[in-house]
Amino acid sequence: MYTIKDKILLAPGIKMFMIDAPSIAQKAKPGQFVIVRKDEYGERIPLTIADSDKREGTITIIFQEVGRSTQDLGKMEVGDMILDLVGPLGRESEIDFYGTVICVGGGVGVAPIYPITRALHMKGNRIISIIGARSADYLIWLDKMDEVSDEFYVTTDDGSYGRKGFVTEVLTEIMDKEEINMVMAIGPIQMMEAVSRITKEKGIKTLVSLNPIMLDGTGMCGACRVQIGDEVKFACVDGPEFDGHLVDWENAKRRLKMFEREEKIALTSLGCRCCQGGEK
Amino acid sequence: MPREIIKNKYPMPLLPIEKRIKSFHEVALGYTEDLAIKEAERCLQCNKPSCVEGCPVGVDIPAFIKLILERDYLAAAAKIKEKNSLPAVCGRVCPQENQCEKMCVLGKKYEPVAIGRLERFVADYELANGELQYTRKSPTGYRVAVVGSGPAGLTCAAELAKMGHEVTVFEALHIAGGVLVYGIPEFRLPKSIVAKEIENIKALGVKIEVNSVIGKLWTVDELMREKGYHAVFIGTGAGLPYFMDIPGENLNGVYSANEFLTRVNLMKAYDFPNYLTPIRTGKRVAVIGGGNVAMDAARTALRLGVEESYIIYRRTEKEMPARAEEIEHAKEEGVRFIFLSCPVEIKGDNEGRVCEIICQNYELGEPDESGRRRPVPIPGSEYSLKVDTVIMAIGQGPNPLIAATTDQLQVNKKGNIIADEQTGKTSKPGVFAGGDIVSGAATVILAMGAGKKAALSIDKYLRSL
Repeated sequence: MYTIKDKILLAPGIKMFMIDAPSIAQKAKPGQFVIVRKDEYGERIPLTIADSDKREGTITIIFQEVGRSTQDLGKMEVGDMILDLVGPLGRESEIDFYGTVICVGGGVGVAPIYPITRALHMKGNRIISIIGARSADYLIWLDKMDEVSDEFYVTTDDGSYGRKGFVTEVLTEIMDKEEINMVMAIGPIQMMEAVSRITKEKGIKTLVSLNPIMLDGTGMCGACRVQIGDEVKFACVDGPEFDGHLVDWENAKRRLKMFEREEKIALTSLGCRCCQGGEK
Repeated sequence: MPREIIKNKYPMPLLPIEKRIKSFHEVALGYTEDLAIKEAERCLQCNKPSCVEGCPVGVDIPAFIKLILERDYLAAAAKIKEKNSLPAVCGRVCPQENQCEKMCVLGKKYEPVAIGRLERFVADYELANGELQYTRKSPTGYRVAVVGSGPAGLTCAAELAKMGHEVTVFEALHIAGGVLVYGIPEFRLPKSIVAKEIENIKALGVKIEVNSVIGKLWTVDELMREKGYHAVFIGTGAGLPYFMDIPGENLNGVYSANEFLTRVNLMKAYDFPNYLTPIRTGKRVAVIGGGNVAMDAARTALRLGVEESYIIYRRTEKEMPARAEEIEHAKEEGVRFIFLSCPVEIKGDNEGRVCEIICQNYELGEPDESGRRRPVPIPGSEYSLKVDTVIMAIGQGPNPLIAATTDQLQVNKKGNIIADEQTGKTSKPGVFAGGDIVSGAATVILAMGAGKKAALSIDKYLRSL
């Protein structure tokens, strides 16, 4: 059992937990994730480790309440215990010196890109960060990202904060202006696809962090398989980071919809365990 | 006083077919006491019992059967447990027809004694009525880490604990049992039985740490260097699913058997949305493969309510690696077998969901290295089958995680850890391995046999330190 030490509402429907998990905290590296199972009935949910504190023995996860399982998780409070937490899983990011690196974070994707940005920054890279969200309300960790960036841009779809528009517009402008050695993008799959498309034209190495449907997270089931160039990879053990130029985005987007109908059923049966609610 | 020889085994009471396919209730109900005694009476109590030679863990079969005749079922259970830590599991899923029962002298002329069913009867009796007294040797002070809580790891852990060593089992998933809980379905091996067997092993003093992925949380080297374990046993099984590498395999609706079975068994997707992990089958399911895993998947699909559940296998029934009993049950329940056939492509609809599978017919040619006749495709024989789900049950390989993160640990071409068959010794001092991670996908009892042998050699190794 893993105790929730702290809970912060970062934005509407976006919550942050600090969880007591000393062993995982010792080992967690940027880019890795954990699998959380709230209780006996819960799904195994993969969530990126947004931060970890070896001394306190805690890890930080940030999640958006998009379905039943994340909603259930979001109802947990400080002091509550999560039944299962396993990690750190996946490969760590390759933190290297590249030169000038653009880190693009969209929506809740800012959480996973933060530890990578920080590590890249500490490695001596010049960091240009571009953070985007629907509106001002949904922007998270601006100050933390700013702290580890040499240049910092914010966009919102509605213009309620920073520049109105998409992260890709800023990205294009920067790439036109100066030489960029690497781009790291984490966020909604459409955003990562758009970023990869733009950087591919310019031939700039681009890494994305994929978040496909997962089950065990240890390479056992293949639910998370993604087409990377002419190879099939398991995101849980071969990723989650991949070369954005090689990802088969159509396939990746489609596979996320595998259980779309079931996800709706789970939402409508909310809170009801006494009957087989919502099946028909 | 010559006694009449009963030529056939007393049949196993089975759940009626119409009840089976509507639930995950266990199909084989187990012998009653009366049936067990009658069946035990068939045993010839040979002076040189060849059945024991057929048992990978060397259970004293005539002795436990004799104890059944004496109505001392707890003693019978104790007798089995001298050699086998998971009798209720083995009584259900061992391929006895290829092991003990194959060697049974009675079997030369008639049907062999139903050793597996008797083992199960005794083990179930003990789980329901008994509290076994274990004799544990005094603590040795040595600590052993066991990686993986499947049949190999549990057996190794139990044996080492009995010898007085301090044992911790590390399991990656949230429940212990490995393939016994994520792979083999409830209707063949109830999870409550597995849980009870594991409780018994814990009662020996074995600690089980779930949610612990060795190679990620700690490496094998760290377990030995920093965590104070004197030896490590690796029993991580065959957990890496194989796919066919044919077009359309990444469509929605194509599962590995591991994913399909894990969703249903481990995550209880059959009770969705009570349990939140979903499963989706549509109306028509095709399972590719001919082993026990394929049978499990096809029979599971039926229980989830599909209209058609096909098994597509490229050889014939005779070459199928699945147990005869499993094939029989699958047929009874309505699984449809398509032999001498193999998929070449999976096609999807506009939304990228599986809608049909294109297969090619095969014929049998010359025998291959396995001795089975090689399946040869017949050109131009392609045909289409409308299906909503395709489940790949064509085998599993070793998970590379441990090998990739452990210094000096040698693996073969396929990625299996190289270990001595008799001792489980690997290329790395203090590290032992056994079960499917060494042999490639095999059976529960062979993994247990390997775990047991490794325990003996680990004990020897520890005492030499």
